[in-house]
Amino acid sequence: MRNSAELTRREFIVKSVTAISAVYIIPDLIPKAVAAKPLDLEVSAKTKWAINVDVNKCVDGCTACVEACVDENGLYGFDRPETDSQWIRKLQIKDIKTDKVTTLPMMCQHCENPPCVDVCPTGASFRREDGIVMVNQHTCIGCRYCMMACPFKARSFVHENLTEQVTSAPRGKGCVESCNLCVNRIDHGSETTACEEACMKEGHHAITFGDLADPNSRVSLAMQAKPSRRLREDLKLKQRVTYSGF
Amino acid sequence: MDKITFTKFIIDPKIFWSNFILLGIFILIGFGCSHYMELEGHYVTGMNNQIVWGLPHIFAVLLIVIASGVLNIASISSVFDKKLYKPLAPLSALLAISFLIAGLAILVLDLGRPNRLIVAMTTYNFVSIFSWNIFLYSGFAVVLAAYIWTMLDREVNKYSKFMGTFAFGWRIILTTGTGSIFGFLVAREAYSTAILAPLFIVMSLLYGTAVYYLVLRIISKFHNTYIPKDVLDNLKKLSVMFLFANLYFLGLYHVTNMYIAKHWDFEIFILSSGGIYTLSFWLGQVIIGIVLPIIILSSNKFGTHLALTIASFLILLGSFIAMYVIIIGGQAYPLTIFPDHIIIDSSFYDNVVHSYIPSIYEFGLGIGGVALALIITLIGIANFKFLPTMISSSHSSEPSDKTTGS
Repeated sequence: MRNSAELTRREFIVKSVTAISAVYIIPDLIPKAVAAKPLDLEVSAKTKWAINVDVNKCVDGCTACVEACVDENGLYGFDRPETDSQWIRKLQIKDIKTDKVTTLPMMCQHCENPPCVDVCPTGASFRREDGIVMVNQHTCIGCRYCMMACPFKARSFVHENLTEQVTSAPRGKGCVESCNLCVNRIDHGSETTACEEACMKEGHHAITFGDLADPNSRVSLAMQAKPSRRLREDLKLKQRVTYSGF
Repeated sequence: MDKITFTKFIIDPKIFWSNFILLGIFILIGFGCSHYMELEGHYVTGMNNQIVWGLPHIFAVLLIVIASGVLNIASISSVFDKKLYKPLAPLSALLAISFLIAGLAILVLDLGRPNRLIVAMTTYNFVSIFSWNIFLYSGFAVVLAAYIWTMLDREVNKYSKFMGTFAFGWRIILTTGTGSIFGFLVAREAYSTAILAPLFIVMSLLYGTAVYYLVLRIISKFHNTYIPKDVLDNLKKLSVMFLFANLYFLGLYHVTNMYIAKHWDFEIFILSSGGIYTLSFWLGQVIIGIVLPIIILSSNKFGTHLALTIASFLILLGSFIAMYVIIIGGQAYPLTIFPDHIIIDSSFYDNVVHSYIPSIYEFGLGIGGVALALIITLIGIANFKFLPTMISSSHSSEPSDKTTGS
């Protein structure tokens, strides 16, 4: 007679697979702040924030990412395009050899070897351990040397008095600023930047943000799915923003 | 054997005060412009997110380059022991300190946050050449002050050769640092080359000599200072030598850029298709700033004074245009973000040659800076014995006990 406490081979296999699934799959199905950290913990190099842009999914004429960035960071301009700040912009480019036209978003590339950080005299331009390159608005003296040094024209100088600021993204006249990967959201546990969220809402999924240190993060999976490249790779800046599909 | 005797600038008080007030007005205008730019923000200037450094930087870099170069006369006297220049050395060091302070004042007053100067003076990033320059510039002012002291005070005069040599070394490093501000910008085709450092050094030698001659000429109009012919001939020879050195390094800079494949398009832009920048390069930097002065200084048709005066004016006009080509032209050429693509459309002017029309405020700040340099010199020579009573080739290297005052 069979002891009810004993497992049959079938039961053993079924329960084992269920247990393994519970351990490995279910956590990935539940939205969670994989790499998000409590605010009282220091930023760590164990997290590697990154963005991948699939240019084949980026739609010509769509500016959802730009508008989301403006709203998130209060980048309301003065209708002076030469001096208004742009943290992210849309570009349309044509391949010299194939004539293929591509559209893509352009923002701070969050270099691992950022020239803007190297040249800043006061250290106001800095790179966090988790890879976010940003400007300390309290120690920037407004010399604009970082703007001269950036190969991607990713930085803007605040040219005039600001009237409509958002509390989560303080800005200052006379200082330089640029995309900071929505650092305020990320540090408060959000898993997505404003631009990625807007791109997803539009159903395009061209922008993918996440933690490169996590092999199962959205950005890691996106980069595994398609080869990606960095802009101006000859400069060896090791940007955290990569582009796929061109 | 003649002794060198130094004196204060003896001038009719009416002329002194009228010049003082005129320069003071320009300085006030400069401060006013800077204050307005700070209050309103830089949108009132011609600078923008494309041309981030403008006219104030042209003035500032030029004045700092001149500050280094104008010390030539003192260096030749102290370091290379040319007794001919001994009486002219203190004025040379005074001009250096004046132009340095003026250049730095413009740089600081153009900052987005000039009120945070204390941050720049206390928080350093030693990877940045800008940080190093803060030390080089402020240190240069201290070294110059000490050098002037050793030249003018008989008791410490024995250290003047040492201080002169030290100041000479310091200013070579300083101008290397100024050139490297641009030379270290790897992303821009115009700048990413170490040749900019020696180019800036030869520019400083040329521009400094021109400024020195013109200032000496103006002073000698009001003050009974006779400039002997051997000094003039020597200044003429020096200028011609520095002009050829400039031509050589300018040629080398462009040939090097042409040799670097990815800088080729920029060279085509500056040398042939860049519109105002190409015109400025050929007509301003090369013809007015170098070729014409060489012809004038080499010709026997002009007297030495006239030749030096015209050539110095042309050199300084050319120097201003040279800074325009280097600083504005270098930024006007769009960045190559996609080497294998053409940018068709951008909201941030990625695909166009940037234009720059300076505002009156930037010009006011720049002119205010020049006035500051001149007023410091005027106050210096009027209150301290910087000027020789007579410049002669046959004198002792020791300063005289018989230093005369006004």
